[in-house]
Amino acid sequence: MGLPRSGARHGHASTGKKVLTRQSAIGTMHGVRPITLEVNGDAHATAAPDHWTLLEVLRYKLGLTGSKQGCDKGDCGACTVLVDGQPRLACLMLARHAVGHIVTTIEGLRPAHIAAGGSGADPIQDAFDRCGALQCGFCQPGMMLSARALLARTPEPSRHEIQAALSGNLCRCTGYTQILQAVETAIAESLGAEGPSAAWQRGPVPPVHPTGEVGDGRP
Amino acid sequence: MAARDQHGVGAPFGEFHVVGKPQRKVDGLAKATGTALYTDDIVLPGMLHAKTLRSPHPHARIVSIDTTRARALPGVHAVITGQDMPIKYGVIPWTPDENALAVDKVRFIGDEVAAVAAVDEDTANAALDLIDVVYEVLPAYFDPRQSLEQGQAAPIHAGKKGDNVSKHVSLDFGDVDAALAAADVVLEGEYRFHGSTHGAIEPHCAVARYDADGLLTLWSATQITHYVHRALSSVLELAPERIRVVQPCLGGAFGGKSDPFSLEFCVAKLAMVTGRPVKMLWTREEVFYAHRGRHPMQMRYKTGAMRDGRITAVDAKILIDGGSYSSFGLVTTYYSGQLLTGPYAFPSYRFDSTRVFTNKPPCGPKRGHGSVQPRFAFEVQLDELAAQLSIDPIELRRINFLGEHTQTVNGQRITSNGFMQCLDLVERASGWKERYGKLPRGRGLGVAGSMYISGTNYPIYPNDMPQAGIQLKADRSGLVTVFTGGNDIGQGSSTIVAAIVAEELGMDVRNVRVVAADTDLCPVDLGAYSSRVTFMVGNATIDAARKLRGKVVTAVAEKWAVDERRVRLMGGKAFDLDDPARVLSTREAFQLAEVRFDTLGATGSYNTPTLGGDYRGGTIGASPAYSFTAHVVEVDVDEETGRVTVHKVWCAHDCGRALNPTLVAGQIEGSCYMGIAEALLEEHDVNRFGLHAGPSLLDYRMPTALDTPEIEAFIVESLDPEGPYGAKEAGEGPLHSSIPALGNAIYDAVGIRLRELPFTPGKVLRALREQRAARPNAATTAAGTASQRVAHDRRRDG
Repeated sequence: MGLPRSGARHGHASTGKKVLTRQSAIGTMHGVRPITLEVNGDAHATAAPDHWTLLEVLRYKLGLTGSKQGCDKGDCGACTVLVDGQPRLACLMLARHAVGHIVTTIEGLRPAHIAAGGSGADPIQDAFDRCGALQCGFCQPGMMLSARALLARTPEPSRHEIQAALSGNLCRCTGYTQILQAVETAIAESLGAEGPSAAWQRGPVPPVHPTGEVGDGRP
Repeated sequence: MAARDQHGVGAPFGEFHVVGKPQRKVDGLAKATGTALYTDDIVLPGMLHAKTLRSPHPHARIVSIDTTRARALPGVHAVITGQDMPIKYGVIPWTPDENALAVDKVRFIGDEVAAVAAVDEDTANAALDLIDVVYEVLPAYFDPRQSLEQGQAAPIHAGKKGDNVSKHVSLDFGDVDAALAAADVVLEGEYRFHGSTHGAIEPHCAVARYDADGLLTLWSATQITHYVHRALSSVLELAPERIRVVQPCLGGAFGGKSDPFSLEFCVAKLAMVTGRPVKMLWTREEVFYAHRGRHPMQMRYKTGAMRDGRITAVDAKILIDGGSYSSFGLVTTYYSGQLLTGPYAFPSYRFDSTRVFTNKPPCGPKRGHGSVQPRFAFEVQLDELAAQLSIDPIELRRINFLGEHTQTVNGQRITSNGFMQCLDLVERASGWKERYGKLPRGRGLGVAGSMYISGTNYPIYPNDMPQAGIQLKADRSGLVTVFTGGNDIGQGSSTIVAAIVAEELGMDVRNVRVVAADTDLCPVDLGAYSSRVTFMVGNATIDAARKLRGKVVTAVAEKWAVDERRVRLMGGKAFDLDDPARVLSTREAFQLAEVRFDTLGATGSYNTPTLGGDYRGGTIGASPAYSFTAHVVEVDVDEETGRVTVHKVWCAHDCGRALNPTLVAGQIEGSCYMGIAEALLEEHDVNRFGLHAGPSLLDYRMPTALDTPEIEAFIVESLDPEGPYGAKEAGEGPLHSSIPALGNAIYDAVGIRLRELPFTPGKVLRALREQRAARPNAATTAAGTASQRVAHDRRRDG
């Protein structure tokens, strides 16, 4: 059975995965080459093993930890970054394959917004914050970048188009409701309109019980 | 004792300014811009990376472990095994049956055996291949009944009376047998709930540093810093005051980060052995092995009722599949019975629950701990009762309403109860009266109700100290810093704490900073579980903030030489009520108070009143306040494919005062999503060899934005006399009734009664085939209203 080791980063350990030999074991000493990536408007020169993914280099070499690792195999979307404006899974892309392309991470949105004359966070980031779309926040960098890419190609998407564009990003906290509201709010506000009202409402407040005293509860 | 004072349900002055209004989260923009630091974002100079060797066998004795070859690999700094940390632990102090690394036996595929610290992950992974373990394979049990009946051959844990029983609880209240005998109708049914897991997107991760002066610091993705702290102290034999545990920003938990976990002990031990900081990040696959998710349960329910719908007796027998370790299982076993006794009045009630060890990943607390499964079974049985008595299912629930400011049959005190308002809201919003039983075949509506605790007065380990503590530091700059042990796991507890301080001190909420979940800096809090944080930490915060406010008001009143009652703190200022021209900024007021009282601060705390029935286990599940929920779910059932599609979910949840309605709505919506997900798509199980059926986020099918139905949330605010400003819980209750409401909607749609989860196409098709076989004349026609179907069922049932 292939399972005694589950330290593997890549995939179900019982399925065929790369087995490192003793000779190739010292990853940092083997196959490390210089690499220059263009990330958030800057050229970053660093060095990394050939087999490192874009996500690993962003997080552990460039210190851009806003891109998250949730599964490391392309299932959850938390590592989503923009490569030449398109959403890509940074955990499935070798860093070397990003050379010569323009990479945008979550850290890049606010500075770009400010450079374009805005203030505060990117409108998508701000709408996510206001609408309650950020609970644990772990999936949201990828989610917001998927949303950014959608709005770049479709400025006024339908709800279904938004759901489809975000369907590669799993969120476990929100049930997506406040996320969809946040994206629609950002869209509406970019067009000078008001965002949609929330999907929740308050019921009438029941009267406070007249004998609202508290005993010790023992029978 | 101040901690047990009630603080009232109203605003400190007239109306609320911060509380009750949608507010941004204190850490929202940090999360949105990617600057919030999660555990795996921490990189320390010289840090090593650790990996875990896991068992390939579901049940085996460890004959020998040889780490020689692994240690010799260049780049490897340390290899540890169970012998390095032989002291057992368990989150419940009565059931310590876990080791950080296996000492004598492995009990499931994935059980931790050894850990390596190396210069990088690749080297650590390579070293795992060089650890030689000899196992003697033992018989393994994957089915709880088999484990119960045949487990003597190879008990999973030694010293458990030779059987595989983890915990047995049998309690009865009132004369169940007599009540059943006197009932007009008695319904009996067997229900099954499958395993599901939390699926937080952040995998478990821990980083440890052991300083030269003997101080251990652990950063961990945990939702209960305090219990990790205690467990580390015990297992590592270090004094607790030499250990600091910090919870960085946390990427979701849902109960899955409540136990102390192997990796926390391993990185700590490896840091102590090597003198280097050590990080371990579990893979997604390893997170599935760590599990601690929803217990599979086989439940037999018998309910007696009178013709008018009043319940007379409920009798439950439950077999709980615990997996390989105890975890919170003692509490799970109690919760499986103790939390069912509302929102309906049971004149008599009995439950008999047995948790059994099996050779599978250990089960534990998942959102709605221990009570989601019985709630499913009972609410489906209530629907069966409604059909049998020809009573509208919502009406049946009203008939049996428990009431407020009352007591349950098992001695739990009920304070506020907005369940009737919840029912009204979902009934109206879903168009129930016009549509239930009248939709075309294939589409249906279902209803269910539930209740849940707002924390419990059972503090895991017996002690009389406060469950929640708060420390405030007021700065002459006008800033207040709050120190809370409460774990913000995404639910927004730090945001709630800041809002309360701002409300009480009349400040701008942006001038309140929260330092949370750091055992060196913050007073103890028992952590984020049992939906206790808003309730208990909120009360402690009000306690502390009012003490601080008293100092500020006194200082200002003395300065102005006026009665203290004339001083109001509001809108970032201190006012004289009788002379509006007299005004100071918060900053100036704080400075006066610092002159008058020295360095300015306050502490506050909360402890529960004495609660619960006067019998063994009577305090488990006893909560200072209960939340209530009602769901209506609308489904489509495709009779060709068996596929169930949820069209819409209406959920009304009584959380007392909604301190931040945006956050409450997020909890309701997230709960509904999670309930629907486990009812239709998700299943956590092992194959016949004990190997996990699919430990990935592709195989474990969590819904995407496209799969999630429209959810309409209603917030019901039955102001509770015990809660902070009348608040109760919102994070777990709204999951419960979503699942039975969905099952009941399937019945309304096509007349099949699914008593076994998840509701897969296969189960739907099988039930439809059985329906056709039982009713050859009535079945396949697409017409037939629900009332006709009810009539058919009644004829069929005799």
